[in-house]
Amino acid sequence: MSVDPRQTRGLTVIDGAMVLIIVLLIVQMWLLSATLEAFLAGHREAALPGAIISGLLFVACLVLYLFVDRVDSEVRRGE
Amino acid sequence: MKWFRRPSSAPLWKDEFSVFTADERYVNRRQFTKFLTMTSFAMFAGNLWVLARSLVRRAPVYPAQPVAALGELPVGGSKTFFYPTSAEPCILVRTAAESYAAYSQKCTHLSCAVYYEKESNRLACPCHQGYFAVVDGAPIQGPPQRALPRVRLENKDGQLVATGMEGEQV
Repeated sequence: MSVDPRQTRGLTVIDGAMVLIIVLLIVQMWLLSATLEAFLAGHREAALPGAIISGLLFVACLVLYLFVDRVDSEVRRGE
Repeated sequence: MKWFRRPSSAPLWKDEFSVFTADERYVNRRQFTKFLTMTSFAMFAGNLWVLARSLVRRAPVYPAQPVAALGELPVGGSKTFFYPTSAEPCILVRTAAESYAAYSQKCTHLSCAVYYEKESNRLACPCHQGYFAVVDGAPIQGPPQRALPRVRLENKDGQLVATGMEGEQV
């Protein structure tokens, strides 16, 4: 049974994007716990940079998701 | 570059529940990526909540409350009291002849009650072996990461009076 090289390539690309999202998510989880810890310790000045960086990380995740979605659409439906 | 996929002419269930193994791998990965992205949004929302709480700041009002008479405690002695409300346990320690320190008794790890260890001159949490310095309430060992909120003390006519809290959790 032959494997379509385009399908395999698509899966590799999606796997790479998924690993990137996981790394970004781990950073975001650490960021939230660190910001919360600082806030509870009375350091309110950490909240704004924390929220901005978290927002940027979310946007990066969203872009990667859209990329995965597009690759999925292209490979499976040949669009 | 196209950011969004073109809407498929096939029904959604056909697109999401493929009968082909090769397609199934794609669907699983895409759905998992969507879940990860939503989790990322939840993290962002958490950060926004922290930001909102830090912007909406209410200045707390603390009552003046007598805690103990000067000389009531021996050096190295401690006493518990409640401040600023009856639900907030605190601990007063006489660290030297002319020196007193008072802190919230709730451990900043998981809120167990801390007690004064005279032998090692530190505040100890028995639940997870967390320790705090008596001088400033800073964590010195164990899981706690934050200092104990400190009770401001004033000497008024031979009475130690609690007048406020410093570094209190919001």
